[in-house]
This record gives sequence, structure tokens and C-alpha cells, in this order.
Amino acid sequence: MSEKKLRIPVPEINEETQHFWDATAEGKLLVKKCADCNEYHYYPRTICPFCMSDNTEWKESTGKGTVYTYSVMRRSPVQYCIAYVTLDEGITMMTNIIDVDLDQIKIGMDVQVAFVDTGEGCALPYFTAA
Amino acid sequence: MSIRGKAYIAGIYEYPKREAADKSLAQLHGEFAKGALEDAGLTYSDVDAYYCAGDAPGLGGISMAEYMGLKLQHIDSTETGGSSYVAHIGHAAAAIAAGKCNVALITLAGKPKSTIKKGGLAMRGFGRGAPEAGFENVWGPSVVNMYGMAAMRHMHEYGTTSEQLAWIKVAASHHAQHNENAQLRNVVTVEDVLNSPMISEPLHRLDCCVITDGGGAMVIVSPEIAKTLERQCVKVLGHGEAPKHLDGGRVDLTYTGAVWSGEKAFKEAKVSHQDIKYMSIYDSFTITVLETIEDLGFCEKGQGGKYVADGNLISGVGKIPFNTDGGGLCSNHPANRGGMTKVLEAVRQIRHEAHPKVQVPDCDIALAHGTGGSIGTRMGSATVILGRADS
Repeated sequence: MSEKKLRIPVPEINEETQHFWDATAEGKLLVKKCADCNEYHYYPRTICPFCMSDNTEWKESTGKGTVYTYSVMRRSPVQYCIAYVTLDEGITMMTNIIDVDLDQIKIGMDVQVAFVDTGEGCALPYFTAA
Repeated sequence: MSIRGKAYIAGIYEYPKREAADKSLAQLHGEFAKGALEDAGLTYSDVDAYYCAGDAPGLGGISMAEYMGLKLQHIDSTETGGSSYVAHIGHAAAAIAAGKCNVALITLAGKPKSTIKKGGLAMRGFGRGAPEAGFENVWGPSVVNMYGMAAMRHMHEYGTTSEQLAWIKVAASHHAQHNENAQLRNVVTVEDVLNSPMISEPLHRLDCCVITDGGGAMVIVSPEIAKTLERQCVKVLGHGEAPKHLDGGRVDLTYTGAVWSGEKAFKEAKVSHQDIKYMSIYDSFTITVLETIEDLGFCEKGQGGKYVADGNLISGVGKIPFNTDGGGLCSNHPANRGGMTKVLEAVRQIRHEAHPKVQVPDCDIALAHGTGGSIGTRMGSATVILGRADS
């Protein structure tokens, strides 16, 4: 493992996603659920992409899931793992897998959210081995 | 209503060089337009429709119409990434069929090789302001690791191997050795691919396409115009296009939008897979080709690895040759957009103007497919099926 650390970037936040990022500062991973069709979706939107209802609600995710797929970048100053994680809620989100031996990451492995503070009023929902 | 037989590709041009540091972007578009129009036996003054994508400078088609002095009655700047120019053919054919125009010019040009020294890994283009930006850009997405994630999942679900992916590059290199303009002309082996540096797992350097300057152009005309031209015109038989995206978090990276665009194109062309003598398949990476071949229906889902192995894509060796110019993997991926060159080689095959070593005998029907954006997130897929005038 490299001694260097990943730089913690600051996400682009807009009017629609401010609440999501505010919650990360409190260690909460929020997802959107439609109160009409009962489907979760990701990334969060105001209008449900499955049934066009305005009646979408913020729900706190368990923060647990499994690795859907991943790729370890070997040609960068700091090697890192980008991944899609399927949450218990059934939706899949892009993230990085951290604090794990990069050679040990596998599809299907159990992971849980691990917030890292950006220093800019929000935290990034990384994932690590559960 | 169908566009089958309602439009013809009358002229094509591909910039022979792979670096263009000495020319402006507009100059390249104009030069390629001139090349394609001269190939067709037409001039700027015959053009009444112009199609371009995000690579065109300024206000896209408007700036380029002014630069070239075009008097237009139809314009389209559909942007679906590298597949744009394949989609443009369908749009131009529809516009011609509707009587909106008669001579449509499509251009592509770019200079990523000479202007971005280390740009191969960076995620390009679709950044700030995109609705997904905050949820993706923080994770270090690059072109390669996005496709790497697709390949990793395909391997997991279907047992696809790096050796099988390597065969796609091997086939492209067999073709590129005959293309004097190709950026990479060395024939490589499966071992060469596997021994090349790992970029982002499971993709090696030789699983990736080249980065080149240049581009090309084509001219689409009405059947009436085609009849007046001496040059062999290639008939547009069918077209399909479809975006595919992450579907609100129901992510499946094992297939592409080709499942929809291909089906539409085959239906419109009224041909079957057995009729296709040659296929140009978008090859930003080896995995792009493998998933696309499955999605177009040339083999069952998950069987792409077996299909591409053992030289099946090599002209004169396998069942259906692909990318006989060497494709994006070996020859040219101008402006980081491979859709234009896919069509150009399909036209050469139907005209019997491909290199004799890779020319498919009696190539009366060919397919060209583009995949813009990223198969790791969201893409624009576009398929065209082309044929000889008698097809």
C-alpha cells in the first residue's frame, strides 16, 4: 500500500442535492424513495425517475451493501479502487473502496459506508469492508 | 415510414495523419468536408444540410457553416459522444426522406494527441453542471476505470477472460498492419496484450484505443442526387439509436444501448445477421467490442468471449471480420470519438476499396456501430446498416 493518501475532493452541490450533502456531515447516507411507487432511486432527484411523482422522500440508508463491480487504477500516483456498491435498499451507487488491501477487493464482498470529512461542510460516502 | 433506401453515402474522407498540431480545428473540419465532397463529386455550394457534434468549434454548426460559406436549410448538432456521427446518418436520412434537404455534410475533427500531453486517463467533457456530477466526479472516474468496471462485472457474470478480450486487439492489429496510416501497425499476440502494463483492472494498455488527432467527413445525399453522381454511392438501409444510462440506480454494466439500437437498425434494414458481411464495431476498449457484439445479437449474451476468440474477427480467418482498418484500437480514434471512422471503413468495404489483404469478398451489406459516452455510466448507442445500391 502506498504511503500517499487520496486527496479528498469536494463534491459539486446544487439546490437539489444540498440536503443530501448536509446529512453527510452528520454521518447519514440519505437516499430518495418515492412515496407513490415505493421505489428507491439514486442519485437523488426531486421527481421520481420511475413514475414521475413529485412525492419523493429522503430516507436514511443502512449504509450497508455489497460490491457490484470495481476497478483498481494502477497507473496513477496513488492507486485507488473505484466501485459500484449495491445498497441494502437495492440501488447501486458509485464510490471508492478504502482502508482495504486493494488486492483483496472482490465482487459481492460486504461493505459499509465510511464517511470522510472534506473540511468543507460535508463528508464523502466512501465504503470499506463490513 | 422507413428511411430504407431514402439516402446514400456519396462521399467519404479520413485524414491520413494522426497528428494535426499545425492546423486549426475549424481548418480541419473544413478540409475534411472538402475531401468528402470531392470524393462525391460535389462542392460546398451543393450542401444544404450540415451535421456536427461537440467537437465542432464555436456555435457548432452555425460557426462551421459560416467558415465554409454553406447556405443551409437544415442543421443538426446531436451530441451523443463518439457515436454522434453514426446517429447523424439516421437523422440526415430522415431529413432527406422528409424533403428537408438533399445533400447533408457530416464532419468530425479534433486534436487531443497534440494538445493533451497526458490526457488518456482523464474523464473528459461532461463535467460541471451535470446532474450526476456531485455523485461521480469525487471518485476519480477516468475513461479506463469506467470501462474496467464493466469488464470486471462481465467477467464475473459470464466467465469472460482477459485472454478473450485480448483476441479483439489481436484481430485489430492483424488488420492494422496493412493500413499505412495506422498509428500502431505491429501485429500483437494475446501474450503481448496480457503482458502490457495494467492500467485499471482488468484492462491492460493494449485493451485501450489509441489517442489521435484528425477526423473525417461524409456526405449523405438523396436517391435523386445519387443517380447523378459518378462515384459509387452506398445505400443507407437502416438506423437505430438509443441512450442507455444508470436507470435511477438499477445499474447493469454487462450490456450496452446496442441491444436497442441494433434491433431497430436490423428491423428497418430488413436484413438478418447472416446477411452482414462486415461489421465496424466501436472499439474504445476491447470490452466495448465484446459487449456490443453480444448486444447486436451476433452471439448469445455472455458468449462474446468465445465468439471473439481464436481469430474469429480477423478478415479471411473468422466468420465476420471487424474493423479492417485497424479500428480505434490500432489505427485511429480522432478527437477521442470513433463513430466517424467506423462508418468510413464500412463504406470502403462496400465499395471494395478496403486494403486488398482485408477486403471482404462480395461485401454487399455491412454494419457500423457507435458507442458514445461511457459503458460504465451513460452512453449513446447508434447503429447503421449499409448496403450496395442493389441491396
